[in-house]
Amino acid sequence: MTNRLDLATESLRRVNSTLHNPSDRKEFEIIHPKGVHSLAAGLNATIRVNVDGHVGYYCAGMNQLASIKIDGNAGPGLAENMISGEVIVTGNASQYAGASGHGGLLVIHGNASSRCGISMKGIDIVVGGSVGHFSAFMAQKGRLVICGDASNDLGDSIYEAQLFVRGKVARLGSDCIEKEMRPEHLEQLQTLLDKAKMKYSAKEFRRYGSARKLYNFNIDNADAITG
Amino acid sequence: MPSQDNPPEFDPRSLRPSALFPEHVLAEIHRAADQGVYEIRGFGAKRSLPTFDDLVFLGASMSRYPLEGYREKCDTNVEIGTRFAQNPLKLEIPITIAGMSFGALGANAKESIGLAATAMGTSTTTGDGGMTDEERNSSKTLIYQVLPSRYGLNPDDMRRADALEVVVGQGAKPGGGGMLLGHKITERVAAMRTLPTGIDQRSACRHPDWTGPDDLEIKIEELREITDWKIPILIKIGATRVTFDVALAVKAGADAIVLDGMQGGTAATQDVFIEHVGIPTLPAVRQAVESLAQLNMHRKVQLIVSGGIRTGADVAKALALGADAVSIGSAAMVALGCNRPVYLDDYSKLGTAPGYCHHCHTGRCPVGITTQDPELEQRLNPKQGSRWLKNYLSTMVLELQTLARACGKTHVLHLEPEDMVALTVEAAAMAKVPLAGTSWIPGT
Repeated sequence: MTNRLDLATESLRRVNSTLHNPSDRKEFEIIHPKGVHSLAAGLNATIRVNVDGHVGYYCAGMNQLASIKIDGNAGPGLAENMISGEVIVTGNASQYAGASGHGGLLVIHGNASSRCGISMKGIDIVVGGSVGHFSAFMAQKGRLVICGDASNDLGDSIYEAQLFVRGKVARLGSDCIEKEMRPEHLEQLQTLLDKAKMKYSAKEFRRYGSARKLYNFNIDNADAITG
Repeated sequence: MPSQDNPPEFDPRSLRPSALFPEHVLAEIHRAADQGVYEIRGFGAKRSLPTFDDLVFLGASMSRYPLEGYREKCDTNVEIGTRFAQNPLKLEIPITIAGMSFGALGANAKESIGLAATAMGTSTTTGDGGMTDEERNSSKTLIYQVLPSRYGLNPDDMRRADALEVVVGQGAKPGGGGMLLGHKITERVAAMRTLPTGIDQRSACRHPDWTGPDDLEIKIEELREITDWKIPILIKIGATRVTFDVALAVKAGADAIVLDGMQGGTAATQDVFIEHVGIPTLPAVRQAVESLAQLNMHRKVQLIVSGGIRTGADVAKALALGADAVSIGSAAMVALGCNRPVYLDDYSKLGTAPGYCHHCHTGRCPVGITTQDPELEQRLNPKQGSRWLKNYLSTMVLELQTLARACGKTHVLHLEPEDMVALTVEAAAMAKVPLAGTSWIPGT
């Protein structure tokens, strides 16, 4: 049975409190979100939440275990610091989507704005459209899959995260380079695309990652920083 | 034999050092020429700066009535986070322990700090790199930092914290991120930070998911939603544009503000940052209190001051200027044995000596505090370390109470600017208290 929560009549605090303490309820539908911030932030249970409409900042922030679907667009900081679970957005996402995420799967069917996957630490992010500048900045671990194009400075100062781009990359960031797409990468990427319900072949993508020239201070690093 | 008629060829009195190029400047230019990279080091500013030493208390006399030392009550308890949080921090003393990361510090140091803070009824703070079980288990009151790097940040630790501290800046390096050099990135530290072992780790200087105070206000609401509005949320700022930053922190919804002056320490950053960025703690406190007062928020949004606090006198002066509490970092490490004259050979191997050591960044701390090396780390026994730190905190509290009683105060928070005068024109201008022997406050 689906439990309906109406943000036109209930406060955000009450809605989030209900989601934080779901007891034996497993399915929730949230209506009239009207761009509210911090909706479904801090969930920590294997529940399914469907949001009917657009959401503001930090929707699904720090999500653990829950599956959250947003039928609409999402504001900045979508699923920031996600630990586990799944977050799906049918529309577009604003800045910092999936920022510093440690795990779980974030799927954005539309475009994502700048800094998508910034500082990501293990999350998988699949973007159906394109991403803005400085996406995957200082990305440490996890995979960012971009089915469209990537704007300037993709993967700047990247650590061990893997980036896959189907379209064009306007410009790679410092220390980010194109890497060979080996069979294991194709297999992993195809699995991820299928899981995200993106109907593309992994063979259409190119792989990018760290040149690892900025990992330690030394005189030679000057070239990598300014070059 | 040299004589009046036969002067020596070389007269050492003729050696005149350059004030512009003293020996340490010459050495640094030579080092830079050799290595081609800025100096990275730990500890805090070494240059001479205006400090609380430039202020003195007037004490009671004919017009003020002192309290009897040891006998009459002089309370030290403070509450932090009373603005919005359901469960504000209730501390028995107004001296907290500043955020220092596991990684920068070893586990034994973190445990020592937690045990001492708990014994004294005060709080300790995590740092860049997340929360360890050792510090959670040893700390009754633990503040969990939310830093730009977000290393190890997770909602489970957030929910088991007693408060959150959103770190915008740090006194040693306002505008810069932390560093942890490769020697200290062991497997455990690397796993907590999701980084490869052995890399020179540079933390981000900006938060990944907000830009500016308007965003921060929304971010803080998110943190409150995640923690069900139970625990206080502090904002930590490095002392720079204090008047504006404090006002913006209030606007962003802080329960309390941690203000870190430029004397604040660090485990590793560029020397040029430590010595040349930010303002000293002395003027910063006064500016912060004025800013809070202008918003009618003084004592409603509590102010915790850090950066160069060493004695009970420093604490008393910070409180008299209007702070609600202070925080110590470097001084706590000194209490644990930092720069203690032991293991002299190991200091020597680092090219330093007790009293001069700022080599936290190397991971080879001779006294086992800022190291991940198991052999060095066992030099700091947590029980011994906690006893040292507890004794030091107790001493500071006794000193603080001594000064407060001398000024006739039944609570240390009753100390006020009127209880002090300044010994220098600069301190008078910065603290806005009269120059001793005058009624003159420069700039007013």
